[in-house]
Amino acid sequence: MTATAIDRREALAPPEPGARARFVRRFRRQRLALAALVYLVLVVLATVLAPLLATHDPLAQNLGSVLQQPGGGHVLGTDDLGRDVFSRALYAGRVSLVAAAQAVGVAVVLGVIPGLVAGYAGRKVDAVIMRLTDALMSFPPLILAIAFVGVLGPSLTNAMFVIGVIFAPRFVRLVRGTVLSIREETFVEASRSIGTPTPRVIVRHVLPNALSPLIVQVSLTAAMAMLAEASLSFLGLGVQPPDASWGSMIERGFRYTATAPWLTVFPGLLIALTVLAFNVLGDGLRDSLGREIRRGS
Amino acid sequence: MTEPLLVVEGLEVEFATDRGWVQVLDGVSFTVGRGETVGLVGESGSGKTVTSLAVLGLLPAESSRITAGSIRLDGRELVGLPRRRMEALRGDELSMIFQEPMTSLDPAFRVGDQIAEVVRRHRGGSKRAAWARAVEVLSTVGIPHAERRARSYPHEFSGGMRQRVMIAMALSCEPKLVIADEPTTALDVTIQAQVLDLLRAMRDEFGTAVVFVTHDLGVVADICDRAVVMYAGQVVERAGVDALYEHPRHPYTEALLSAMPQLTARSGRLATIPGSTPPAGAMPPGCRFHPRCGHGVDACRDTAVAEHPLAEGGTSRCLRVSDLALKGSA
Amino acid sequence: MLRYTVRRVLMMVPLLVLVSLGVFALVLMIPGDPAITIAGENATEAQIDATRERLGLNDPVLVQYAAWAGHALTGDLGSSLFSNESVTGAIAGRFPVTLALTLAAMLIALLIAVPAGVVAALRRGRWQDRGATLFASVGISLPNFWVGILLIMAFALAFPIFPAVGYTPISEGVGAWARGLVLPGITLGTAVAAEITRQLRGSLTDTLQQDFIRTARANGLSARAVVLRHGLKNAAVPVVTVIGFQVGFLLGGSVIVERVFGLPGLGDLAIRAVLQRDIPMIQGIVVVAALIVMLVNLAVDLSYGWLNPKVRQA
Ligand SMILES: Nc1ncnc2c1ncn2[C@@H]1O[C@H](COP(=O)(O)OP(=O)(O)O)[C@@H](O)[C@H]1O
Ligand code: SF4
Ligand SMILES: [Mg+2]
Repeated sequence: MTATAIDRREALAPPEPGARARFVRRFRRQRLALAALVYLVLVVLATVLAPLLATHDPLAQNLGSVLQQPGGGHVLGTDDLGRDVFSRALYAGRVSLVAAAQAVGVAVVLGVIPGLVAGYAGRKVDAVIMRLTDALMSFPPLILAIAFVGVLGPSLTNAMFVIGVIFAPRFVRLVRGTVLSIREETFVEASRSIGTPTPRVIVRHVLPNALSPLIVQVSLTAAMAMLAEASLSFLGLGVQPPDASWGSMIERGFRYTATAPWLTVFPGLLIALTVLAFNVLGDGLRDSLGREIRRGS
Repeated sequence: MTEPLLVVEGLEVEFATDRGWVQVLDGVSFTVGRGETVGLVGESGSGKTVTSLAVLGLLPAESSRITAGSIRLDGRELVGLPRRRMEALRGDELSMIFQEPMTSLDPAFRVGDQIAEVVRRHRGGSKRAAWARAVEVLSTVGIPHAERRARSYPHEFSGGMRQRVMIAMALSCEPKLVIADEPTTALDVTIQAQVLDLLRAMRDEFGTAVVFVTHDLGVVADICDRAVVMYAGQVVERAGVDALYEHPRHPYTEALLSAMPQLTARSGRLATIPGSTPPAGAMPPGCRFHPRCGHGVDACRDTAVAEHPLAEGGTSRCLRVSDLALKGSA
Repeated sequence: MLRYTVRRVLMMVPLLVLVSLGVFALVLMIPGDPAITIAGENATEAQIDATRERLGLNDPVLVQYAAWAGHALTGDLGSSLFSNESVTGAIAGRFPVTLALTLAAMLIALLIAVPAGVVAALRRGRWQDRGATLFASVGISLPNFWVGILLIMAFALAFPIFPAVGYTPISEGVGAWARGLVLPGITLGTAVAAEITRQLRGSLTDTLQQDFIRTARANGLSARAVVLRHGLKNAAVPVVTVIGFQVGFLLGGSVIVERVFGLPGLGDLAIRAVLQRDIPMIQGIVVVAALIVMLVNLAVDLSYGWLNPKVRQA
């Protein structure tokens, strides 16, 4: 009797106390991922501090100095309305990052909850949820996004909501997988038999175990969301003027490809580097996870 | 004086590990005569597979290296042979049968095609002729309805039958030497006996020399002429099979014999020798067996032991070889 | 194999029903009264009523769905709200352009990815591997419209080797047709190449460590035969899966690439439909895109039967 009680108490301990420390240790060894993290922090800071860093008013038109080459008074040149590209890029970065964050937030919320339900509810509910995610995943994502935006009307909020919905199945699968594998494990068996209510099991066992793969997926999804936002804005279906994102700056600059290449080169470079940083960070985080945690993803 | 078919001399192999290059084989020497069957015996981890792979030139190129020694097949040096020349020899003059019959055949190709591919590689000729040869060897190794079964995929065979297919593949070009690395370990006891019978029959039919790798001395008695006993990357005893059983000359061989299940009532479960093989890179000084040896003396702890030639032929790597009277089996 | 195929095809039916429901539901999602949206902000009451009647919006939703799905099954996806052109006809007219573009992209992707993935797996940890891995990371991170614009700057403006915009039908010469597809194909294919390289490197590396590879080597097969025959065929299943996934991505990407290079394909049609809120056209394009993805997935699943004989009997 006492023996089993002790077993159960041990079984209830939070999962793998050393896991987090090991994860941090492994991650510190990933130089590239660390560099990506530093870059992302800098970009976020730069966009947050845009009012301090901007050399010009991003919206101020100056028809006297349109399409100026980089250098001189304008680090990255000016656009077709004489607006300072550097200052615009700072503010546009804000829009791009916030948009990506919105999409990821939607994907997480719409993914985690059905994932938990699919993992915990009976086979029938699980089957329905999984078939729905299958169906959602059988649409080409960008086509679906374009269709939704077409129906709801072009706006950045609509676009990002749709992108979030489209990426939600990844989180559904991840969370469901974690729940299913954790349900098998003894410590949850034990808490169950003692009568720990399901919400506590979720908070104490499922979410902590799913956290690391979730963070990985968040990083990779942020990369995809940024690309999707840029694409939709390039098509004119995302951010609407006078607001700008990096994608819509390229859309505008595209008309001057031959005469003012800097209008497309710089914002594109920023998108590429930021997306690359999210991808590298995600890969690095995943590689830092032990096999024991990675299983969930 | 002509050399034996296979001569391995002073072979040293190192593997790259987290702690740098670690020696795994230390001065391994033995010979195999034409048509002879030699048992390579030792507990798991003693270096039998590494020795076999070295002979075939199959050690991983990046993470291992041969630092000393010579391997000669038919008088031809194999160490340092260019890759393409070695490839041409493999499957033609020497071949290997592996332990894991379930995973050692390509699941995506018909077994007949896999054998025919080897035949065409070494013998050339038409696809049809190679296929005919594949069917022929399959029926030689006792696959019923070989004509039809050649069209099957590996997963459609049982473990024992797959091992027969592997033997057929290895023998398809009638090599002079086959190394069989624990070919029966993964099989049921009754199937083990059948595969052993088959190997013996094949050896007699093709006149192939066989290196039979095993951790089971009982099997060695069944099939081998001579035995080479390995421990911790070294050869510790070489002897004819009868002499080895009756008068082992190394305490490790004695321990193996006493751990051997009775030949009459083989349970399939091995009795074990107390203690364990030291891991590569952490070899004890002196005699590598001394931490587990029941006959050790102080000198064994710090004197590296050389192989002592024995009057009756063979060698023993034991300091006390001349003053010990060891127990044989039965 | 036949039973496997039939079962697999039947499995598509519920998915198709779900997809069609989703596509149909697009109309229901229009904020406010769809009849007003469709008839236009300034339409008169009568015009709006007429529109509602024409679209069957007065019927119960299920009846509307049944009518729409019934027509769709016969290949009738309705007609454009603006040109009265049949949706099916418009899609059929644009389809060859998008097909040519996606095939070109896939071809270019494979031409890059197969050698890159093989070399990376064979030279694991060396510079070739690092290069391929870097390409894979960067390739999936580049916005494809930006790649397209850079290519135009380099190979159409600075060095005018390829046309910057426009599509030459194959009937006007295969050479001109192919030349016009090079830059769009590279633009669309880069990310796919990166994805396939990554997958092939991983799965070939795993395969080359399998026991049967050692058996093949022990019997003297050349390094080439081992990698190209036994390695690639066994490594193919996850790679083919990824290729299948990429088709959806290619269809989406073609919208953008067609915009950049001014190609009159499905993507171009989609953008027009979206900007005009031409709902039947949008529905039609989504249905066709989903159908293509499903058919590709079917082909992928059936290819498993060839690649992995075990599947055939399952
Ligand atoms: N690829 C390798 N890398 C590092 N060490 C290895 C490798 N293969 C074998 N070894 C080491 O070589 C020693 C002998 O292994 P092996 O020849 O497989 O033993 P046996 O076949 O007798 O069981 C072991 O200590 C093992 O750890
Ligand atoms: S040398 Fe000594 S320790 Fe080694 S086997 Fe002989 S008696 Fe035992
Ligand atoms: Mg072994």
